[in-house]
Amino acid sequence: MAESIRVEHAAHHDDHHGHHEMSFLEKYVFPLDHKMIAMQYMFTGMFMALIGGFFAYAFRWQIAFPGTEAPFWGQVSPADYNSLVTNHGSIMIFWVAMPVLIAAFGNYLIPLMIGADDMVFPKLNRLSYQIFLLSALIILASFFVEGGAFGGAWTAYPPLSTKAEYSLTPLGSTMWITAVALEFVAFLLGGINFITTAMNSRAPGMKMWDIPMVVWMIVIASILFMLSVGPLLAGGIMMLFDQNLGTAFFDPDRGGDPILWQHLFWFFGHPEVYVVLLPAVGIVAEIITVFARKKLFGYKTVLYTAIGTGVLSFTVWAHHQFIAGIDPRMANVFTVTTLLISVPIAEMMFVYIATLYGGSITLSTPMLWALSFIFEFLIGGITGIFLGASGNDIYMHDTYFVLAHFHYTFYPIAIIGTYAGFTFWFPKMFGRMMNDKLGKLHFWLTIIPFNTIFLPLFVLGAAGHHRRIFDYRNFPELSYPWMWDLQALATYSLIVMLLAQVIFFYNVITSWISGPVAPKNPWNSNTLEWTATSPPPHGNWPEGLPTVYRGPYEYSHPDRKSSDYWPQNEPA
Amino acid sequence: MSRPIATTRSAAGMPTPRLAVWWLIASEIVIFGGVLGSYIMHRLAHGIWADYAANTNPWIGAFNTFVLLSSSLSAVLAHQAAERGDGKRAANLLYLTTLGGAVFLCVKAFEWTTEISHGMTITANTFWSFYYTAAGIHAAHVIAGMIIMVIVAQTAKKNLELHRVEIIGIYWHFVDLVWIFLFPLLYIAK
Repeated sequence: MAESIRVEHAAHHDDHHGHHEMSFLEKYVFPLDHKMIAMQYMFTGMFMALIGGFFAYAFRWQIAFPGTEAPFWGQVSPADYNSLVTNHGSIMIFWVAMPVLIAAFGNYLIPLMIGADDMVFPKLNRLSYQIFLLSALIILASFFVEGGAFGGAWTAYPPLSTKAEYSLTPLGSTMWITAVALEFVAFLLGGINFITTAMNSRAPGMKMWDIPMVVWMIVIASILFMLSVGPLLAGGIMMLFDQNLGTAFFDPDRGGDPILWQHLFWFFGHPEVYVVLLPAVGIVAEIITVFARKKLFGYKTVLYTAIGTGVLSFTVWAHHQFIAGIDPRMANVFTVTTLLISVPIAEMMFVYIATLYGGSITLSTPMLWALSFIFEFLIGGITGIFLGASGNDIYMHDTYFVLAHFHYTFYPIAIIGTYAGFTFWFPKMFGRMMNDKLGKLHFWLTIIPFNTIFLPLFVLGAAGHHRRIFDYRNFPELSYPWMWDLQALATYSLIVMLLAQVIFFYNVITSWISGPVAPKNPWNSNTLEWTATSPPPHGNWPEGLPTVYRGPYEYSHPDRKSSDYWPQNEPA
Repeated sequence: MSRPIATTRSAAGMPTPRLAVWWLIASEIVIFGGVLGSYIMHRLAHGIWADYAANTNPWIGAFNTFVLLSSSLSAVLAHQAAERGDGKRAANLLYLTTLGGAVFLCVKAFEWTTEISHGMTITANTFWSFYYTAAGIHAAHVIAGMIIMVIVAQTAKKNLELHRVEIIGIYWHFVDLVWIFLFPLLYIAK
């Protein structure tokens, strides 16, 4: 039983870390163990994803069938609509993608993959989660205060976000910016922990190029986050003062500048895309090498392109502001940098395809997710080139084309990337194998509706449908019957996709309780986490921490006759 | 609770706490960079801000700069004492540094009270908004540094965790350095 395994490990832990029996509170509520904190982040993130998904359902219902009651929600009022889209975006980025991809996988994988017994600062790690949880509670609580939750879009442009007489959410706006700022603080603390752990606590013998790609990616993402979020934190303080003290940082009537907020927001907001992209790309690298039984093609190329992407990502932010009144000459500069950034990303995708080429591919559930990531993200990336060109973006701005584009990037990142990683490391996390048939059913019932939600929206956006219109019946000259059909198709697909997630949760729960017991290394993988027991005890390797002798991707190595993989910790 | 083995390793060749505080400072630099960058852009666009800035008192600012820089000296001396293993002296020097921070804050409080009573409040105009916000965020860092410094001094007094003296010192120098940027930007540039 999973439970008995955990009890046994708790005993190990006591030998290892300070000889006392841990209470339920110490172990599950205020843990110091990086794996338990990872699970806290993972399940909080998944819970928030359900809420964000439900919001999407409610406002998509209003878009497709305006004026009718959405089952389980009721009539969506204009104010509801605004706060639903705002918080759908905010929650999916800040309370789903960030905690799951960076914090959960980072916490779980970094110590295990570099052969350490924990993060370097376990208490800081715990504090980071607690601040994050507080921020999540604040954003959820904002729905129940006077005036309701903030509805000025996840970008929170002033004056809508700073003036209560415009937003009509006096408390909701303040709670939104407070929650976001706290969330940033949580991830700054977590990021320092991740970076320091990966830099300093690697197992003996693990050199720079022996670090698994996902660890590199989470570290680079943490650095990107750290270097981009500061100005927005400062901007958040200014916004709080504008809202509550009556300053005028963003109020042009009194000497402020609303565009300043846009710069501060997007200076963070664009690197943020890569902050969440890179961990997902790292997860995919781990999975495709294992299930293609091939060495990662161009390890250093992937690494350098990731660093190049990171550097470039600081120079593209104003492509979000082409119609905000920035100097057209600046728009040209940002068009060039935006188109440039697709080069390293494209290179990374080619490297992955080259890794797959000639491999002996097993189409397991994690592999399906990983392959679909490459395929779907490619669509997101290519449509980004349309939007990066300022001449075209002026027409496309704020249409469903933009919306479909960034969902084709964020969905592969946050949802596909998470499912890929979760199904891949599930045996390690819970000591049980997942049901592969249910996993594949869930995969197809998620990936097909995903495409039928957003492909129609590309068409609608190109036809000029504007993404912030509450009720298109007010603009009959702008919407034709075929457009209504496509909107309805997207909404029906969303409902199918949301229902399909029941399969996933059913699979997780039944596999956790009664799935076949997982061996240490079910996928015949090389990296260190697979040498610990499934699940690993507190301290990870009570029998002694591993030593590393080779890189992480030595699959089908010609010198290795006995098997097609060569674990990192096996002496030559 | 013993420390994990992870904390004691140093594959990058630098002790973990020192490495971490440098990353903390990296994240702080961009926070202050955001405030000061926004301030400088506004300042360049509004010539009239020079008139507002004329109301700040550079002598008080200079005195505070002197106080903070002196407190950095005692932080260095504390580190030196800690290296020698003299925890008691290190703790006393840290208390002295904290005192420097306290003097800085008292002067600041006096200065702000005078300015506010003359109508130069945070909402008077955007220059004063930046003035109080930037210096306020800095003051919050001074207060945080002082609290941590007292905690570090408490353990250092018993000759425990002496490596922390250096860490809080690095942080304190950073807080000073931010002031070195604030002082000319808010007080001297007219």
